[in-house]
Amino acid sequence: MKQNKYDGTTYLNPYLGGVLLGTVLLLAFYISGRGLGASGAVKNSVAAAVNVVAPEHVEHSAYYCQFAGGDKKPMNNWLVYEVLGVLAGAFLSGLLFNRLKIKTEHSPKITERKRLLFAMGGGVIFGFGSQLARGCTSGAALSGMAVLSLGGYITMVAIFGTAFVAAWIFRKNWI
Amino acid sequence: MTGPLVASGLFSPAWDNLFAVLLGIGFGFALEASGFSSARKIIGTFFGYDFVVVKVFFTAAIVSSLGLLYMDYLGVVSFQALYIQPTFLASAIIGGIIMGIGFAMGGYCPGTSLCAVAVGRKDGLAFFGGMFIGIFLFSESFPLWEKLYYSGSMGSPLISDTLGISPEMFTFLLILIALAMFAGVSWIQNKVKKVEY
Repeated sequence: MKQNKYDGTTYLNPYLGGVLLGTVLLLAFYISGRGLGASGAVKNSVAAAVNVVAPEHVEHSAYYCQFAGGDKKPMNNWLVYEVLGVLAGAFLSGLLFNRLKIKTEHSPKITERKRLLFAMGGGVIFGFGSQLARGCTSGAALSGMAVLSLGGYITMVAIFGTAFVAAWIFRKNWI
Repeated sequence: MTGPLVASGLFSPAWDNLFAVLLGIGFGFALEASGFSSARKIIGTFFGYDFVVVKVFFTAAIVSSLGLLYMDYLGVVSFQALYIQPTFLASAIIGGIIMGIGFAMGGYCPGTSLCAVAVGRKDGLAFFGGMFIGIFLFSESFPLWEKLYYSGSMGSPLISDTLGISPEMFTFLLILIALAMFAGVSWIQNKVKKVEY
């Protein structure tokens, strides 16, 4: 096999990356009439899993019943298919730029175990917040900003504004 | 052809799922190739050593907003036919604050954690797994948040309407602000000590 000329630290120019991302988002609106997302696919997966284990519970839940139960097929959903594509697309990029490697990325000042615990805790908190705000950085903020949605801008400012403060609190984990 | 294409009746709805996979591939590629599979690169924005998030995110916002306005002007896309997220003031702010804490703690957002999983990062997998727990907890405790979830409903307003300017003027101002921000963050990044990651 041909030697990969990249050492895993090569990235696109950020502005070129932004143009690429913006173009994909534009195409999503042009083709499917909607923006991109990520947390929605997890929400549907959770609702589908709970529906398998406890269908009665889903019928009576004011939240789950919006996505699962009855004739609804939560896994036959645009976002679920899109997220499968995200995995494939990121894998292709990782292959191209020689970044495929099983490892935990963490600051040398903290242990791998601590990093994994904080990553998981961050995921729990982010997941919770994404449901309250009806979408995450991609679905609510970025896609919302593309169509000039007021809510998209509000969510974006709330996420980044809070993260600036919170990052300082967690700074020992990062720098 | 006038978009959205799937609403034009040109394709059966099943095709939309294929487009979703293809668009997802583009989305994942753009994120990973920009460096978003690395939590320490993403988090650099908050410590000033790497502003890739700001540059990519706002460039994408400009390209998509400007593109949609042009397509609307050319009659290629009807802005009215697009899905515009409804605004619920209280839950958008509080949900955003909660996400900001999770972001600073975990170093990813949902889409970027998936990219990290795709290239084999265990911390990305931990974050992604955590999301299932967080979403499960929210869903199970929904009656507690139901009032907050639906409060402050404003319909689907555009930020330009709220500010009392045209969408074109807003996008023009967004571009000016973003360019100033790009210049500012590049200046800061040159001053801040590099962090190896």
